[in-house]
Amino acid sequence: MSALLQFDGITKRFGGVPVLRDITLALQPGITLGMVGENGAGKSTLLNILGGNLRPDAGRMTWEGGAYAPTGPADAEAVGIAFVHQELNLFPNLSIGENLFLTRFPRRGRWPVIHHRAVATETARWLLEVGLTAPPDTLVESLSAGERQLVEIARALSSQPRLILFDEPTTSLSERETRQFFALMERLRARGLTMIYISHTLEDVLRLSDELAVLRDGTLVAHGPRAEFDVDRLVTLMVGRRLDQLFPARQRAPVVGNEPAVEERPIDPRQAAQVKARSGTGTVPRGPCRPLLEVRGLTRTGVVQDISFQLNAGEVLGVFGLMGAGRSELAQILFGLEPFEAGSVSICGRPLVSPRPTHCLREGMAYLTESRHEDGLALEASIAENLALVTLRSHARSGTGWLNRVTLAAAVRSIREAVRLTPTARDDAPVRTLSGGNQQRVVLGKWLLAKPQVLILDEPTRGIDVGAKFEIHQLILQRAEAGAGVLIISSELEELIGLCDRILVMRRGELVDELSRSKFDRERILRAALHERSAT
Amino acid sequence: MTTYNEPPTTNHEPRTRELAIRWLESEHLVFVFTAVGFLVLWPVTPGLVTRQNLSNVLLTLLPLLVLACGQTVVLITGGIDLSACAIMAVTSVVGGLAMNGDTGWLAGSVWAVPIGLLLMVGVGLAIGAFNGFSVAVLRMPPFMVTLTGMMFFGGLATWLTRSETIYNLPSAFNALGGCLPLVATLAFGLALVVHMLLSRTLYGRWFYAVGQNTRMARVSGVPVSAVTFGAYVLSGLLAAAAAILYTGQAETASPFLGQRLLLDVIAATVIGGTSLFGGRGKVVWTVYGVLFIKLLDNSLNLLNCTYFTVTMVKGAAVLAAALLDATRRRWLEVGT
Repeated sequence: MSALLQFDGITKRFGGVPVLRDITLALQPGITLGMVGENGAGKSTLLNILGGNLRPDAGRMTWEGGAYAPTGPADAEAVGIAFVHQELNLFPNLSIGENLFLTRFPRRGRWPVIHHRAVATETARWLLEVGLTAPPDTLVESLSAGERQLVEIARALSSQPRLILFDEPTTSLSERETRQFFALMERLRARGLTMIYISHTLEDVLRLSDELAVLRDGTLVAHGPRAEFDVDRLVTLMVGRRLDQLFPARQRAPVVGNEPAVEERPIDPRQAAQVKARSGTGTVPRGPCRPLLEVRGLTRTGVVQDISFQLNAGEVLGVFGLMGAGRSELAQILFGLEPFEAGSVSICGRPLVSPRPTHCLREGMAYLTESRHEDGLALEASIAENLALVTLRSHARSGTGWLNRVTLAAAVRSIREAVRLTPTARDDAPVRTLSGGNQQRVVLGKWLLAKPQVLILDEPTRGIDVGAKFEIHQLILQRAEAGAGVLIISSELEELIGLCDRILVMRRGELVDELSRSKFDRERILRAALHERSAT
Repeated sequence: MTTYNEPPTTNHEPRTRELAIRWLESEHLVFVFTAVGFLVLWPVTPGLVTRQNLSNVLLTLLPLLVLACGQTVVLITGGIDLSACAIMAVTSVVGGLAMNGDTGWLAGSVWAVPIGLLLMVGVGLAIGAFNGFSVAVLRMPPFMVTLTGMMFFGGLATWLTRSETIYNLPSAFNALGGCLPLVATLAFGLALVVHMLLSRTLYGRWFYAVGQNTRMARVSGVPVSAVTFGAYVLSGLLAAAAAILYTGQAETASPFLGQRLLLDVIAATVIGGTSLFGGRGKVVWTVYGVLFIKLLDNSLNLLNCTYFTVTMVKGAAVLAAALLDATRRRWLEVGT
């Protein structure tokens, strides 16, 4: 039997970082292939290449024996590939029927007039198929998340595809809806439709698939019939071992629990005043207090649930979780960018009442966001302007706001050296012109200038090369050794294991596990992040 | 998932585009244009270079500059103030009603001028604060707030005076707008203050940060709402200042003051190079833009073009400037 779809040596890099390496995989017709892998293993990139959103750097694809080189989503649709995405791609302001037939409305003869009756009957047929009892003219915005997912599937089916790809289709479904969805998948499978199913819920993948493929760091590490796999083997395969990454060594032990602080130096008031003048946030460094940051019962419905933890001075605390586990949302709530409904956040025992970024900064917090392009940098502004923004207030005379250009330039110069920004870039060059690694140094630099006591980092090394990564890790540890508490959110387990003193594991908005450095165990962490109940 | 594209560094861009971008970004381009235009028009335009004409042009140019400085600040924060000219009209009328020698509330009082001025400034600040509150706190779109503001306050000015102009203003007040050295000092002084505010102070940097990337600014501890509010208040204040100059110059307070000025204000600012997308702009550029638009206006008038022709040409010039802004942005985006 010849393969329906074949990947042949697919390789893809983003700015020098390989995300897919030589993927070769054949998919037989009528087969349901389950695909698993950690965040960043390359699943989405592979799907994007298949769907024509990205082009591979090397390798080729064949579809029913013929060359297949899509240049856009329309090419994928033309050969009969349909996608059901995790993020819903529906127009909420349109009806179900309009969403289904948006790109190919049935017409009245050759006139450019929509045949509404045909839309309604066709839509009703597909809705029956997926088991959704809503009239075709219902607006999508009035449907629940689960119902929308069914509409998404109906849309995929209505294009009469040969291959459907499901990317985490059950994340927004309730339990009953998930059961319905699985029954639908069984029906489609019985009918001989070829499917690729991607999910973090390993039990589901095992139950629904005929074959499994495991990706790790952009490499296909295993591919075979379902009988060869069980949950344990999948986790082991997904975790693997990676040796190409080194982590800087810790110089000093952090202050953990009730042990005496390593360095409890009394603060010299003169020195404190100097620091205050320089740091901009007006924070006088306090002696190490325990805990530095305390979070109790933090809750926001549907986002985070009853989160409690402590962060001590000098400690590097990691937060691990899969996509959608609520990690970044937790950070945003801590920094006052999003509201919370219950619980408390306090720094050195003083609660932050209705925190806002300006308050949090004044309390000595800093938050390096996940996306440097979206909310980390002003890309058109210069390197100096970006570096100085957070601490600008400390260089301004109060009242008039007149900036002291001498101290400002000195601060920029010192932080440029500290984060080892490329010396070839001038201070007034737009940040846009820098490479990803150097842009990240600018973002980190602007926060380090504030000398934060609580440093929250969300994916601090995303999309940058290994060398820059190592140096950024060094800077993070230096900050911790200077007495700050660091909270790192990362999708890369290696990064957390290499850097942290303690790791918290989140799943579906809840803290499900906590491990201290001596008990770090990759399998246990992943299991906790993946499973319904944490394996203890 | 790491679907992350590293932006290519600039040296990967083709050289021609690099040169084109540099040319488009040159901040003195508009000034060069204006200067060359002036030299070309000099011999062919009768009466362009006469003492009388130049001082007239300067007298109307200076209040426009003040008004455009306010617009520059608002545009830098990523907003727009369409109500600036309506603020001017209300301010002018209120000043007139207070100070005129016939029926004015303060007629005859020695304090008429100072109180009248304070009143005018107060009205400008209040309307600016209203705009700022609507945009920054109620999060209404600036376009909507100031467009309706333009209608409402424009109407209010007409209603207050029953559509009549007010004469017989105190001569001390008229001197403020009519004496060229005084007007020049005031206008350039205000422009200099705004220039310093933008380029040398904390608040200036905050205006730019909010316009460049609002979310980034918020995360970085910039008090975004206060900064946005401040931009509209400043625009209101400068509109009041411009109203004082214009009213004094005309020696009459009129609800129709500045009715045809909105296009000039936006045109001068945008032609100068201040971006309609926010985050980019300078007072110096606005000075160039004001010079350009005034040269266009005056020379076309002297060449006996009708008001409508002048408007058409101005409209085309603004469109060209907006196209330049959008082109620059598009190219930069491709490079990212």
